[in-house]
Amino acid sequence: MILQVDNPVVEVHDLTVSYDRKPVLWGVDLTLPAGSLVGVIGPNGAGKSTLIKAIMDLLPASSGYVRIFDEPIKQVRNRISYVPQRESVDWDFPASVFDVVLMGRYGKLGLFNRPRKADRDAAMQALEKVGMQAFADRQISQLSGGQQQRVFLARALAQNADIYFMDEPFAGVDIATETAIIELLRTMRAQGKTVIVVHHDLQSASEYFDWVVLLNMRLVASGPTEQVLTQEMLEQTYGGKLTVLSKVGDLLRKQEFPARER
Amino acid sequence: MSEFIEFFSFGDANIRYVTIGSVLLASSSAVVGCFTLLRKRALVGDAVAHAVLPGVCLAFILSGTKNPFILLLGAFVTGWLSLILIDYITSRSRIKEDTAIGLVLSVFFGIGILLLTSIQHSGNAAQSGLDKFLFGKAASLVGEDLVVFSAVAILLLITTILFYKELKLLCFDETFAKSIGFPVRSLELLLTTLTVFAVVVGIQAVGVVLMAAMLITPAAAARFWTERLGVMLLLAAIIGAFSGITGAFVSYTAPAMPTGPWIVLIVSMIAILSFAFAPKRGWVARMLRRRHNKTQILEENLLKLLYQLGEQHEDYFSNRTLDTILSRRNIPKREALAGLAKLKRQGYIKRHAEGWALTQEGETRGKRVVRLHRLWELYLTQYLQLASDHVHEDAETIEHIITPELEQKLMEELNYPALDPHQTKIP
Repeated sequence: MILQVDNPVVEVHDLTVSYDRKPVLWGVDLTLPAGSLVGVIGPNGAGKSTLIKAIMDLLPASSGYVRIFDEPIKQVRNRISYVPQRESVDWDFPASVFDVVLMGRYGKLGLFNRPRKADRDAAMQALEKVGMQAFADRQISQLSGGQQQRVFLARALAQNADIYFMDEPFAGVDIATETAIIELLRTMRAQGKTVIVVHHDLQSASEYFDWVVLLNMRLVASGPTEQVLTQEMLEQTYGGKLTVLSKVGDLLRKQEFPARER
Repeated sequence: MSEFIEFFSFGDANIRYVTIGSVLLASSSAVVGCFTLLRKRALVGDAVAHAVLPGVCLAFILSGTKNPFILLLGAFVTGWLSLILIDYITSRSRIKEDTAIGLVLSVFFGIGILLLTSIQHSGNAAQSGLDKFLFGKAASLVGEDLVVFSAVAILLLITTILFYKELKLLCFDETFAKSIGFPVRSLELLLTTLTVFAVVVGIQAVGVVLMAAMLITPAAAARFWTERLGVMLLLAAIIGAFSGITGAFVSYTAPAMPTGPWIVLIVSMIAILSFAFAPKRGWVARMLRRRHNKTQILEENLLKLLYQLGEQHEDYFSNRTLDTILSRRNIPKREALAGLAKLKRQGYIKRHAEGWALTQEGETRGKRVVRLHRLWELYLTQYLQLASDHVHEDAETIEHIITPELEQKLMEELNYPALDPHQTKIP
């Protein structure tokens, strides 16, 4: 059940991504509708993070291309925001909460330019939106997991983008933060923004998202939540590992084969 | 002593130049080192430092002069080559980065020593002084050398300030930097180039063998004192500068001494002191905090005992002898007496001929500890479903750490209870 839409915000065409020559995502064809809250769901190692990283051109693709707002990614970088996994950085870095949120403005500032007063205002507003204004001067090493996630969200909000990619924003956060985040995502959707979220909890998925992408090394399904989150689709995604597929992948790596003949 | 005054009066122009040069070299490499440290590439700095030696020797062999420009160029080329090799080995083979660094470092340094030895035995008169690159000689930093190396050092400082924002983001969150379209590859290249340059100018003062310490140690020491990157850079620069001056002084007063080891010893001493005395992160501060906790626990326990004795007789302000106080709980007598004396000084208890009695304030504080103890016991039995005979030990510690806000929260969650799990009244 892979549904394509007209005038998509994100268009992924025949995308294959490999790590060390081993393909972890095979030939993904995908379109996403504007103004929706999209959940990317699948088991561990299904390539969920890989998919959004490849869409944002943070990982090289072995084949295929991606268009966002019908443009190549390089043209629309400042309309895109990325929230990496919380664990991807060292939180013992000498910086304050405000410093990190201000980084959300760096893209608009470009190289060399120092943050202006307006950028500081924007960063402060972003902090208020996640309810962390009281923590502006706090050292990031002193934050709890939920607070770290909020800081990352605030940084993304400060970017003022049109499309947001979030890698597991709900992983390891407290209930209060989870509720706050989903409220925020809904507000963003109401403002016409598109939010794509890597998510691992099936239970809350049907409640949170209006479009769901099911992934397990290949695209299993993409469509409106109620049509995709069915028993049959979930069995296809979670049931039975594709042993042959990963064996072929291993072979490509061992034999140093290219993923495409070219 | 007279040497000390002579040096630090900076009367001699030569001394001034050597000092300025050492300060610039040491502080610029310390500033660059901050980013190397935060990017977790400290060892790479060490590899570059060693890999610079064959470059210097080759440049000398090929040109036959000790022109600082040419030596710098040679150093730069092999320093860079070593970094490319490390990256290549790590990405193209199964060898991990630490192994690759070890391999490259030793190979380059080995070749360097080989070339140096052959130059020294070649009978070339111009070669004298090349060996200072091994352990450094700040006092030789004069004339053209000084101008060239100082210019590079200043250039390093300016570049770091110019790219402050970009380098900060690169070190903190590289993927995010990439996602907003920063040229991450080029920035990485820039930082690498800065590192190589820092090493190249620093070896004049410290020498290749110990250069890594000049790059990393000031940054590591500075990290203890601050949580702000800007302050960290400044502190590292100051620490670097200080060790630079010391190095120049040693090099001037004891010409036979190699400068490098001295600088490294000084800077390491600062690092050790930082490790011990820095606020919050330092070892002494942590020890003091533990001691403070211990006395707080003792004092609150004594107040609690006095309060509990009061509860028994429904009379909180009578005198209790030491034996009565300690009858409920085994506290070593000397500790108890010291604690009581301190509580008396603080005004929580009064001393009478036949014992001690709570003051009004002491009663309030003792009551609070007892209340927290019983509240926590109740919380454990209700929320963690622990048996009521298992909760006392835990509450003994927790009663000292609960803040007023947490206390309020506990009261709310437990719905303002009157009795603890042992059916004793919660005061």
